[in-house]
Amino acid sequence: MDFRIPVGDWIAGFFDWLEATFSWFFEILGDLFTSMVDALVWVFSTPPVWVVILVVALGALLARGWKFAIGAAIGLLFIVSVNQWDNAVDSLALVLVSAFLAVALAVPLGIWAARNDTVSKIVKPVMDFLQTLPAFVYLIPAIALFSVGVAPGVIATLVFAIAPGVRLTELGIRGVDKEVVEAGEAFGATPRRILRQIQLPLALPSIMAGINQIIMLSLSMVVIAGFVGAGGLGGDVVRAISALDAELGWEAGLSVVALAILLDRFTAAFGKNAGLYAYWSKQRKLKREADEQARLDALEHETAETHSSAS
Amino acid sequence: MNDIALKAEGLYKVFGRNASDAVKKLRDGVSRDQLDGATAAVIDASFEVNKGEIFVVMGLSGSGKSTLIRALNGLQPATTGSVTVGDQSITDASPAQLREIRRHKISMVFQHFALLPHRTVIDNVAYGLEIQGISKDQRLQRALKVTKIVGLSGWEEKYPSELSGGMQQRVGLARALAADTEVLLMDEAFSALDPLIRREMQDQLLELQSELGKTIIFITHDLNEAMYIGDRIAVMRDGRVVQIGSPEDVLTNPANDYVEQFVQDVDRAKVLTAESVMRKPRAVIREDAGPRAALQAMRENEISALYVTKRDRTIVGWVRDRDAMELVRKGERALAPIIQTDHGAVSKDTALADLFIPSLEAALALAVTDDNGRLVGVVPRVTLLAALGGEPEAATSAEPVIEPLPTEVVDKVLDASTEKGGL
Repeated sequence: MDFRIPVGDWIAGFFDWLEATFSWFFEILGDLFTSMVDALVWVFSTPPVWVVILVVALGALLARGWKFAIGAAIGLLFIVSVNQWDNAVDSLALVLVSAFLAVALAVPLGIWAARNDTVSKIVKPVMDFLQTLPAFVYLIPAIALFSVGVAPGVIATLVFAIAPGVRLTELGIRGVDKEVVEAGEAFGATPRRILRQIQLPLALPSIMAGINQIIMLSLSMVVIAGFVGAGGLGGDVVRAISALDAELGWEAGLSVVALAILLDRFTAAFGKNAGLYAYWSKQRKLKREADEQARLDALEHETAETHSSAS
Repeated sequence: MNDIALKAEGLYKVFGRNASDAVKKLRDGVSRDQLDGATAAVIDASFEVNKGEIFVVMGLSGSGKSTLIRALNGLQPATTGSVTVGDQSITDASPAQLREIRRHKISMVFQHFALLPHRTVIDNVAYGLEIQGISKDQRLQRALKVTKIVGLSGWEEKYPSELSGGMQQRVGLARALAADTEVLLMDEAFSALDPLIRREMQDQLLELQSELGKTIIFITHDLNEAMYIGDRIAVMRDGRVVQIGSPEDVLTNPANDYVEQFVQDVDRAKVLTAESVMRKPRAVIREDAGPRAALQAMRENEISALYVTKRDRTIVGWVRDRDAMELVRKGERALAPIIQTDHGAVSKDTALADLFIPSLEAALALAVTDDNGRLVGVVPRVTLLAALGGEPEAATSAEPVIEPLPTEVVDKVLDASTEKGGL
């Protein structure tokens, strides 16, 4: 049977055309990604290692409490002890940049999809496509467009990780109690105001879960990004595979795990009200509430007095 | 002088494709079940609501009343027909005009409260004012006043989740009142509350309405509620308004078989149940409390007898003030010897018609219990009569049945027992 559609040809041709026509654009984009990652690497690698660990542990204490702070410090010390610190910093920078870009795209897209059924119907299959297409397949055009290095790593990670962010944002906003949204409309609030004051705050737990998922998926792409020369822990894993170096493979792999747990617990802590920061803000809130109540009581007293003096 | 607050004319709301086709068919007399693909929720609704009246729209679920109320403020744009609030048309307004009308002319109270869970009570109440663009100080001051009116002073800085259902709906009501609109839409506003709280809220609504003179359009599926608060009632069935009239009209001159069936026998005594007219007991005492506490409670409430319950509110019996005073004089500590067990309590589902004999036999306001024998309310004789006569005002001011002991006498006995070292 000789029936064959040259889909591969078409798509490859499309990317060739893209590369030829917009090469200047991809060059700028690639430079932008590379410099963002470089900047983050600089931030993490300029101070001494122990300072970075201390700062991270302090952040952990604020976000979740002392157990997590100790855990975070142990995880980072492990990475240092297996001599993967520099790689981990490279990977972390790549993850943070890709995740940041993915969130910046996913949240507005999710909001748009939640407010427009047509957009939602288009976005859903596109997200299915991005999430299920084997990552290696779109690495090829990524290299073609951005050449080997950090930039195709960022793009591949971004594409791979964006789907749950979009989905959970849309789901969160659509899941906001319909009556509460109606209440906003019934009092004459504009759609923008309803989004800002009702839908986004109430969808926040779901959006935060989406962001958490984006970061975790980004991290799982780190190894694959190693194949396109993004370096970092993924680079070492790729090297270990090609050299059949089990020791290096395990050390780099376990470092990825340590980083993953650290990032997951950090992002999952948002909105959970654990840790020292939550304790502080709770104290502040209680105090503010008490002050406000006192102020209201005073206000009421005042109006009562003016009433009685008027009559 | 224009006395019409809100007017609907030939209002249709059809969901689904070919909505305007469906309207044409409905006008030609095609029945609602024979529209393929389209669902007619409101069919040819026309009515006028006068300024300062409570207009109740009553119907079973699926009769289109919720859609109707949402068409009145444009949350559900009408398919055809017109709605005017004051002198402004809702149905012809642009989105911006519609928002302006909603801000200043017509506000709404929701069935499930629809409060903003991440905002405090006072900020919820001030929400409408915030959207109107009123400065923070001014709106807080106004919100504070309204919060006080609905009886939530001291709760301003709490979050909705910290409040009971009844209190949450007070916030919902306060939010709508604070916006200071002429018309108030209430969508099954009290249906999610339990019966005693519901009755309390109904009383409060009537009180507020007589004070503030708002025009209220109230949706309910509860006949008792409609009869109790409505100045006029519109009965809806299958999307159509089948009758508009005063509660008496609807009861005594039902427009068709459906309304007649709905209000069943004209006899209120059979429509209303003990639950629908019961009040909160003035005072109740626990079985393990002493005679002093009982006497004190009766003295404070100026009543001559009260019910005794177990810890879980199961009714045990009742005590008289004279007996309690006797025990206090003797210095007794236990209440048990004077508890009379012939309390004659009735179930909350008993029809009013069956309350007369028990009410005459009971020594104090007739006790009403739930299925587990717990005391949930009382029906004073005056309330019973007032409910039958349809006079809610009289029902609220129920007088005690037996003259209580003079307070001076009670005080003397209580003081004397304290001197003896009673407590």
